[in-house]
Amino acid sequence: MRAWFQHHRLSLAQTTSRLASSPLATTLNVIAIGVALALPFGVYCMLANLESLSRRVPVDPQLTIFLARDAARADLAAVEVRLKAARGVRSVRFISRDAALADLGRAGGLDEVIATLPQNPLPDAFVVTLATSDPVLADRLELEFKSLPKVALVQADSAWVRRLDALLRLGRTGVLMLAGLLGIALVAVTFNTIRLQILTQRDEIELCRLIGATHAYIRRPFFYLGSVLGLLGGLAALAIVVAGLAFLNRDLITLAPLYGADLRLRLPDPNEMGAVLGGAAALGWLGAYLSVSRHLLERGRR
Amino acid sequence: MAIISFHQVSKRYPGGFEALKAVSFSVEPGEMLYLTGHSGAGKTTLLNLIAAIERANGGTVLVNGQNVSTMRSSAVPYLRRNLGLVFQGQKLLYDRSVFDNVMLPLIVTGQPYREAARRARAALDKVGLLTRERANPVTLSGGEQQRLCVARAVVNRPAIVLADEPTASLDAAYADEIMEMFSAFNQVGVTVLVATHDRQLIGKYRKRVLTLDHGRLQ
Repeated sequence: MRAWFQHHRLSLAQTTSRLASSPLATTLNVIAIGVALALPFGVYCMLANLESLSRRVPVDPQLTIFLARDAARADLAAVEVRLKAARGVRSVRFISRDAALADLGRAGGLDEVIATLPQNPLPDAFVVTLATSDPVLADRLELEFKSLPKVALVQADSAWVRRLDALLRLGRTGVLMLAGLLGIALVAVTFNTIRLQILTQRDEIELCRLIGATHAYIRRPFFYLGSVLGLLGGLAALAIVVAGLAFLNRDLITLAPLYGADLRLRLPDPNEMGAVLGGAAALGWLGAYLSVSRHLLERGRR
Repeated sequence: MAIISFHQVSKRYPGGFEALKAVSFSVEPGEMLYLTGHSGAGKTTLLNLIAAIERANGGTVLVNGQNVSTMRSSAVPYLRRNLGLVFQGQKLLYDRSVFDNVMLPLIVTGQPYREAARRARAALDKVGLLTRERANPVTLSGGEQQRLCVARAVVNRPAIVLADEPTASLDAAYADEIMEMFSAFNQVGVTVLVATHDRQLIGKYRKRVLTLDHGRLQ
């Protein structure tokens, strides 16, 4: 057990000194891995930001039913009853045309414009919240409500949220594919790096085998090398992404007040950072594993 | 019981060259013997079969009671830890000191560092290289390099030492020095098998001689 620890410590020390002994090659490798990882991780962070934006918007599927301008009180009541009776409706909220106008004045700062209007141009409206976000239900109710007497227009408020959601799903699939491809690139980079290292140490490996080293012993330092390379690459990727987001945030700070919103990009949280570092180290390990196994297999056949 | 025994062992290389043909012999524990023959007679192949560096095509190779011909490759490292090998091509590592070269077999087998260092120094002392432990092997003379190989082979206290042409390219005085060392190890109970084509050397020591001729034992 002590010997085992001793060798692990030795392997790690060897790895560090090896990486430090060729700083240029190490830096270039780390940058290559870092850029490969930064791409999917950066896109992921942007998507996460969009997603949180779409989450802040109520995703409850809603239909807004605008009534004809000449609808009487009795018509309103009749429509309300029919709306409440429809299957799949959770709640119905009435917005009178006066309330709507007052709202518009408050939110839009259009008080002066409104004051000049000879009469209220807005119709009465019902906002119907559906029980589920099933698009088929929304479509069916939209048609049904359209055919009610004195209903002028039915608008599906949640349509754009659904579209954004679908786009985000597409984006997530894209990120997965990108991450898969660039993960393979990372494995390839470590595979080749470790292969070069193996070739420069061929004599030592050969000798170790002849004096009774197990395969595990021979593999271990290279596993460390691969994992440490992956880890450093992961750190580089984090640095690239965080720096990129910080730059974008600097520009957004000047942009956000113009839209009256807080448009700050969220930085990756510790869990996400941990996942990137862990994943990078694991992929580096995999590259090393493939490289050393291949070498040992080649040697073993002789 | 014999510590090494060959029974009808043959080794054929791809291409049809037969390096060993129906070779049978056995070595008792604590014995010292020479393996001789013209170059290409199969001396190195025979040593390689003992250390499982190559596998026989036919027959049985027993080492320490283990059947090397059918041994699983995962068991081979443990077989080799009982062997001290002096290679024809020396195989010293020139990127580290004399001391670290001798340390390698101990590190590989997982000895605690302090104990390993003590044994490495003892082995270097035995071959007269203790004062050069910090030197790089490149700076050693041919005879000193060969002595370093011997120290590395015996540092793990193996039961069997296999030496392949350990005196090749050494002048007579250095060659004698090396052979004296092997005799000394043999006297403390180590089984020693030395492959050499140096007839003069063999004549000096009264030991059993195995002679190979075109892959056959004479």
